[in-house]
Amino acid sequence: MKVTYTPYSQLADAWMQPGAFAKFTQTCVIWQLIKFAGFNLKIIKILAKGH
Amino acid sequence: MAKVVVLGSGFAGQTAVLNLRKSLKKEHEVIVVTPQKKFGYIPSYIWVGVARMDVADTQFDLAPVYKKTGVTYVNGLAKSIHPDENFVKVDLIDGGEDKIEYDFLINATGPKLNYEATEGLGPVHGHTVSVCTPTHAHEAGEEYLKMVEKMERGETVKMLIGTGHGMATCQGAAFEYIHNIAFDLEERGLLDKANITWLSNEQALGDFGVGGMVIGKGGYTVSGKIFAEASFMERGMKWITGAHVKKVEKGKATYITFDSSEDQVEEFDFAMLIPAFAGVPMKYIDKSGNDISGELCAPNGMLKVDADYASAGRGFDNWKKEDWPETYQTPNYGNLYAAGIAFAPPHPISKPGKSPDGTPITATPPRTGMAAAIIGHAVANSIADIVNGVSDKPTHTASMGDFGAACVASMGKSMTKGSAAVIGMYPVVPDYDKYNYGRDMDATFGDQGLAGHWLKIVLHYLFLYKMKGKFGWSLIPD
Repeated sequence: MKVTYTPYSQLADAWMQPGAFAKFTQTCVIWQLIKFAGFNLKIIKILAKGH
Repeated sequence: MAKVVVLGSGFAGQTAVLNLRKSLKKEHEVIVVTPQKKFGYIPSYIWVGVARMDVADTQFDLAPVYKKTGVTYVNGLAKSIHPDENFVKVDLIDGGEDKIEYDFLINATGPKLNYEATEGLGPVHGHTVSVCTPTHAHEAGEEYLKMVEKMERGETVKMLIGTGHGMATCQGAAFEYIHNIAFDLEERGLLDKANITWLSNEQALGDFGVGGMVIGKGGYTVSGKIFAEASFMERGMKWITGAHVKKVEKGKATYITFDSSEDQVEEFDFAMLIPAFAGVPMKYIDKSGNDISGELCAPNGMLKVDADYASAGRGFDNWKKEDWPETYQTPNYGNLYAAGIAFAPPHPISKPGKSPDGTPITATPPRTGMAAAIIGHAVANSIADIVNGVSDKPTHTASMGDFGAACVASMGKSMTKGSAAVIGMYPVVPDYDKYNYGRDMDATFGDQGLAGHWLKIVLHYLFLYKMKGKFGWSLIPD
């Protein structure tokens, strides 16, 4: 959905619109597989610190 | 022969039961008392609430699991605990009552969903839907689909999602629900027909009752608030924070904020507002028959444990990690413990707030499935060590200031286009004495994407498997 940029609005103050490449990486299977592995490693690190 | 009784079959209770049965010899009895006939995987109720998952896919029958694992199953509602005489009175679901004696008792009863604290809140006597129970989540999904039909006819629908009381928790679940609604509507090409607003008691978006967080991103150290707000911006959703909902009527919620005690109104066609939590309505009775619940419990009915409850009065700037409980043993009864949401936190994690008229508005501490399970596990291990003669006092600790948590917040269910925010934090309770930003930046992170959704799905199946006590269950971390 296209969100309209209205200066000085609440949405404008939080503006961080992903560009085409950022949008592509959010659902790119190869990149997301790498991130999936990364998430699991980071979570293992958290678990290890707690023990 | 020892009798260990666990009240509750949620994440804390089920984890405690399975670990007790694993650690104790067969001569010792493990008894679970629960009004539930099924285990429900609560994190997936938000998908039921947008009609993207059936309730049946989030549950399994408890009786066969307990039969297989050698746990005595009492399907009933605990109505009073008698800690001087070591027994629990239970109303059995199929009729009658029972008196169950114990050597050790774990209260893992979870929350009472305190809809009554807000006039007009909730799906039974109020005007809002809920995703907190399987039945309510299913009904929410049906109501949501009615809104979809309206939008398909060209109508604009106002949706209000968030928290329904100034002292509510579980903002994360509401965050997931609002994003799943937006995602589903976007997939249907209807997002421009929805006017979606967030309303919560947080100091700022992204607080989640844990004081928010700071993460490393692209070489910067950034407040999570920025990403939370950006995620709302991307879907055109507005937000109102610092709010206490006073009452809900058909089509409108009346609230006050940090800045103003004057009633403000937000209209809606569809609303899901999480209620405040309280302890379940269960009394503690001494040997003379006196109700000692007031002594043993915090004002919200949650059971006091080995936390420093005097720390609440010292104020936010003086709160420390040491305020938080470690063994979850109650101070007056060495064989009585509380795990998961049932224990009384010493104070919030987030900074307290209030409206000009003094109404408290504070995001209260969440106890996610992971935290509840970690606590249940530690308590079970402590009790097992005592029963097995290893020690005469608790041997395992699980302070929320000493363990971390990973939260996967769904932002859309689809294996190819879905998304989830994956947040890791260590420790859960920030320690500003030890860490600049309250948390260890090597073990605190936040990210979002399709991989997050894959992780969420994996966790769904993994934890349903684990909670069934199936082969290798204990190898899966809490």
